[in-house]
Amino acid sequence: MARKLPSVDVVLVGFGWTASMLAQELTDSGLKVLALERGTWRDTPTDFAVTFVQDELRYYYRKALFQEPAQETLTFRNSASERALPMRELGSFLPASGVGGAGVHWNGQYWRFLPSDFMAQSHNVERYGAGAIPDGMTVQDWGVTYDELEPYYDKFERLCGISGKAGNIKGSIQNGGNPFEGARARDYPNPPMQMTYGPTLFAEAARQIGHKPFACASANMSQPYTNPLGVTLGQCSYCGFCEKYGCGNYSKASPQTTILPVLMRKPNFELRTGSEVIRINHDKNSKRATSVTYVTEQGEEFEQPAEIVVMSAFILHNAHLLLTSGIGTPYDPQTGQGVIGKNYAYQIVSSVDVFFDDKIINPFIGAGALGMAIDEFNGDNFDHTGLGFIGGGYIALWNTNGRPIETHPVPEGTPKWGGKFKKAVAENYLKSATIATHGSVMSHRGNHLDLDPTYRDIHGRPLMRMTFDYTDNEHKMSDYLTDRATEIAKAMKPREFHAKKREGHYSIVPYQTTHNTGGAIMGSDPKSSALNRYLQSWDLHNLFVMGASAFPQNPGYNPTGTIGALTYWAADAIKNQYLKNPGPLVQA
Amino acid sequence: METFDVSRRKLLSAGLGLGSVVVSASTTTQARSIAGAVPWETDQASAPLDALAGASPPASFFTASERAFIDAAVSRLIPQDELGGGAKEAGVTAFLDRQLAGSYGKARTWYMQGPWSEGTLSQGNQSRLTPAQTYRAAIKAIDSYCQNTFSNKTFAKLAEGEQDEVLTHLENGKIELEGVKGKSFFEALLQNTLEGFLSDPIYGGNRDMIGWKLIGFPGTRYDYRDYVSKHGEKLALSPVGLKTNPQD
Repeated sequence: MARKLPSVDVVLVGFGWTASMLAQELTDSGLKVLALERGTWRDTPTDFAVTFVQDELRYYYRKALFQEPAQETLTFRNSASERALPMRELGSFLPASGVGGAGVHWNGQYWRFLPSDFMAQSHNVERYGAGAIPDGMTVQDWGVTYDELEPYYDKFERLCGISGKAGNIKGSIQNGGNPFEGARARDYPNPPMQMTYGPTLFAEAARQIGHKPFACASANMSQPYTNPLGVTLGQCSYCGFCEKYGCGNYSKASPQTTILPVLMRKPNFELRTGSEVIRINHDKNSKRATSVTYVTEQGEEFEQPAEIVVMSAFILHNAHLLLTSGIGTPYDPQTGQGVIGKNYAYQIVSSVDVFFDDKIINPFIGAGALGMAIDEFNGDNFDHTGLGFIGGGYIALWNTNGRPIETHPVPEGTPKWGGKFKKAVAENYLKSATIATHGSVMSHRGNHLDLDPTYRDIHGRPLMRMTFDYTDNEHKMSDYLTDRATEIAKAMKPREFHAKKREGHYSIVPYQTTHNTGGAIMGSDPKSSALNRYLQSWDLHNLFVMGASAFPQNPGYNPTGTIGALTYWAADAIKNQYLKNPGPLVQA
Repeated sequence: METFDVSRRKLLSAGLGLGSVVVSASTTTQARSIAGAVPWETDQASAPLDALAGASPPASFFTASERAFIDAAVSRLIPQDELGGGAKEAGVTAFLDRQLAGSYGKARTWYMQGPWSEGTLSQGNQSRLTPAQTYRAAIKAIDSYCQNTFSNKTFAKLAEGEQDEVLTHLENGKIELEGVKGKSFFEALLQNTLEGFLSDPIYGGNRDMIGWKLIGFPGTRYDYRDYVSKHGEKLALSPVGLKTNPQD
């Protein structure tokens, strides 16, 4: 029997990026805020120190900072005709556990989405006609526009100290930035990072064949930076241990390096670690969430009432918790009715390795968001007439790392082991680089999340079941991007290159990205979305759901910038609208 | 109309811990309440267990015959040659021994609940065996296969060409083994061998950093700011590890 605790104003479920940002904003408004985190406390000097964090085996291959499938996992199948089976070990994506969430172990690749990305349905129909959206593709508009989010992107960029170069300030195109980005009010707070050799060669080649390369915006600091909260980050030292690792140098924006030193000292904030929320309790009559039930690591159960409940865990948990708590109508792929679990999407990636005889790249001098990119083929930056797909992606040469277990490209045809393999690794390690394509995934009627009928988690709840595969749209789009990347690879004049297209079914085995999206999507109609434009549940007006679970489909960029902007947008709505008049912020 | 009661009294009571860390942990739970300050403690670090003084566990997983198999197999996966030592010389057998005796070998973090079913390639590993159980069963089955196929010789006693043939058949799924999938075992062995050859020496492999020296990886350095602008230059930085450097 759960012990009932005194009520708080706001309870946050999960304590990563979005929870930290909301807690900072809502405590500023005088609310008493409690965060519940299933994992442990983590800080830079104790948990990510430079004396031991550069450890590939421990952090990536033995997965020290991530969610353990033994504690929480899901089942997976490519289509409804298959039987879903558990993801027994992590692979394709790496959800986190612990304070800071995935914000601890991200690369720091920072992007805004395009204005047209927020209107994927209406924009494409308007430009290409209704036939542009094939049967079964369930793309939707977001219910919020780029222009509305622009000030909130800006605020998140200041919090993080993003290093980059604007491409479009108030409609005026800027040399050296991304000319395709939406108009922004002002430049990034820090200049771009210093560029290493590989991205430099990519940019030269891309420019030669007529593209407009730019330095990628980065949450790794190009110089020391003090953010508006007064928290100081250090200059990045290019050690090449970002994604899958915590930063030992206070150089990568994360909750720990931007917010927690201020938030944790506030008298009206409390964090409980080792406390996993297993249910959101709600009252259908009053359309309110009443409390959350959580279990400690020792199995004690508590009920925590709150005036406002915010789901701020990773998207897969948000969707799972909505489903297991019986909030909203579960999505049914047969009828297309229902909303919870709808429009699960991901990212489609491919690559082209380039190998040089005469150029020493030194891949180990790197950073998670150090790279040059082109954006000619993202979103609707190019004419899709006759191509047979919508969407797109960026093409970049990131110099993220030279961590040798993970990064040792070998030419096409090299055996996977033996003397020839060893020789190829030794000859190419210092003289190779990889061009990456990072493509959008449109939502599709069959791709969704629901509850598994067979498998259970440690709390006895059904595991979530993921049904997902790439459709023709994604394969055509990714092939198109890979061909464009190959043209740049050739212009780099390497000894040889190796294009790796993304073929066949989506597989949950090899690591791709942790850019899972959807399941509790935002929109303008409760029949087709779980949340309104302020990330407020249509069903329970005091329930807000943060994160990429709100994306109706997944554009061709990394998600964190938009997650940050949406969080500040929602925080603003809670502070300035909801607190004054608690109730639905949009009338259905 | 609902309103929020953010009373001054509430805020004051929430502020009792101001200025000091309030960490309450009852004896019955590991859950912590943290309020009022950053709960940073001096002299605490989450260092890897293997790097701590005296941490050099004796061999504890492989039997003598299993060790002979692993020595032979990893020598074919990454052989000693004119470029230098291979996986065996790098201590990969000792690395695997420690990994399989530890939490990786026990699949401590994996979801290991049934029911068990084969699945598609996209669905990933569905074996109910832990890595330790897989190694034990596969080595026994492969030795048994070799004895039947090569006049009663175990894998370790075969000529190098014969060993390569067996490994290739395993890689291609052409050998049926009793109770374990040969292809899955091969993939785990190859991956774990690369890990042992290229991970930090504190884990028992990459002895004298020969894996890192072979390719030119400078190890666990964390500040390359002086080198970022040296485009195309061979830097010849000798590698350093978490605990040692090769000159020590």
